[in-house]
Amino acid sequence: MRAFWRALWAIVWKDLAAEVRSRELLSSMLVFALLVILVFDFALVLDVKARHSVTAGVLWVTFAFAGTLGLNRSMAQEKDRGCMDGLLLAPVDRSAIYFGKAIGNLFFMFIVEAVVLPVYSLLYNTNLFKPGLLLVVLLGSVGYVAVGTLLSAMAVQTRTRDVLLPILLFPLVIPVLIAAVNASTAFLQGWELAEISPWINLLLGYDVIFIAGAFMVFDYIVEE
Amino acid sequence: MQPKPRTLQILDLVTVLFFLAAVGMVFFYAPLEAVMGQVQRVFYFHVATAWVGMLGFLVAAIAGVAYLVKQDRKWDIVGLSAVEISLVFFFIAIVSGSIWAKPSWGTWWTWEPRLTTAAIVELVYAAYLLLRQGLEDPERRARFGAVYAILGFISVPLTFISIRLFRTIHPVVVGSGAAAFDMSPAMLQTFLFSLWTFSLVFADLLWHRIRLGRLAERVEALKLKIND
Repeated sequence: MRAFWRALWAIVWKDLAAEVRSRELLSSMLVFALLVILVFDFALVLDVKARHSVTAGVLWVTFAFAGTLGLNRSMAQEKDRGCMDGLLLAPVDRSAIYFGKAIGNLFFMFIVEAVVLPVYSLLYNTNLFKPGLLLVVLLGSVGYVAVGTLLSAMAVQTRTRDVLLPILLFPLVIPVLIAAVNASTAFLQGWELAEISPWINLLLGYDVIFIAGAFMVFDYIVEE
Repeated sequence: MQPKPRTLQILDLVTVLFFLAAVGMVFFYAPLEAVMGQVQRVFYFHVATAWVGMLGFLVAAIAGVAYLVKQDRKWDIVGLSAVEISLVFFFIAIVSGSIWAKPSWGTWWTWEPRLTTAAIVELVYAAYLLLRQGLEDPERRARFGAVYAILGFISVPLTFISIRLFRTIHPVVVGSGAAAFDMSPAMLQTFLFSLWTFSLVFADLLWHRIRLGRLAERVEALKLKIND
C-alpha cells in the first residue's frame, strides 16, 4: 500500500515539476478560459439580464472547454516523449498511474478555476465565492477529470487524437454538467437546501461510480 | 464460404411474417384513439423501435464486459453489430416520435428528458463508431470499443435521471402518471405484438450482422495470406 502511494505521488510530482518548468499546459488553459468568457460576453452582449442568469452555464462551459485542452496536452506529453512506455514498464500498479495523472489534471483544473472565479466576479460585479458554489466546483471537477483522464488515455492512442477527446468526453459528462450548472445556479440565487441536495447527490453518485469504473477499466486502456 | 444456416433462414421468414402481421394489426386491428386520432398509430412502432435501440445498447455493454473478461474477438463483433443496429433503430424512434409530437405537442422537438436522453445516446454511440474508426490495430479497437460501450451504458441512465429532475411532459404508458393514457385491450395486444415483432427483427438483423462481421474477418485473414 505504501508503494502505491509513493508511486502515485511520484507521478503527480513529475507532472507538477514538468509544468513548473515548461508552463505550456496551464498558460494555454488559462488564456483559453479567459477567451471563452470573452466570447460569451460578445455573444450575450445585447441582453444584460440574460448574461446575469446564465452565469453558471458560462462558468461550466469555460471549465469544460479549458479542461479538454489540459487533458489532451497532459496525455500527449506522455505519449510523444515515450514517457508512457516508461511508466508502464515501471514496477508500479497501473491504477497508481491513473490516479497520479488524474490528480495532476485535477490540480490544473483547480488552478484554472481559482483564476477564472475571481476574474469573472470582478468583470461582472458578482460574488462567486460562496462555500456552496465552491463545493459544486470541487465535485464537478472531480467527476469531469475522472472520466476525462481515462478517455484522454484512449484518445491519444487513436489516429485522430486531440479531435476525438471532446467527442468522446462530452456525451459522457453531460450528467456532471447538468447537475453542476443547476447546483451552481441554485447556490448563486440562494435556493432552499432541499432543492439543491438532489443535484449534489447526483454529482456525488457520478463521481463515485465513474472513479470506480475508471479504476476497473484503466488497465485495458494502457495495455500494450 | 459457409451457406446461410437453416435456422437463420427460418428466422428470416418468421420475422417477415410477423412484421407484416404487425403492420396489419397497427392499421386494421387497433382501434382509432379518441383524442389523438390516426397519428397515435405511430406509437406502436415508436415504442418498439426505441425498445430495440435500448436492447442493442444493453447487448453492446454485456458484449463489452464479455470481451474484456474473455478476450475473444467474437464478442467484439457482437458489440459492434448491436451498436450499429441500435443506432439506426433509435434514430427511427426519434423520427417517429417527432412525427407524433408535431400534432400532439405542436412542435417537432422539445428538450424533454426522454428526447434529450435519446439524442445524447445517439451521440454516445456515434462517438463509439468514431473511436473505432480512429484505431487500426483490431485488438486495441476491440478493447477500447468494449470500454467505451460500458462507460456509455453507465452514463446514459445518469443523464436520464439528471434531466428527469426537471419536469416531464412525455406520456407515461407503462405505469401511472398524470400524462398516462389508457389502452384498450386491442391496443395493448397490438402494442405487445409490435414489441415482440421488433425483438425478432433485432435478433434477425443481429445474427446477419454478426455473420457479416465474421466473414469480413475471414476476408481480412485471407488477404493477409495472399500477401505473404
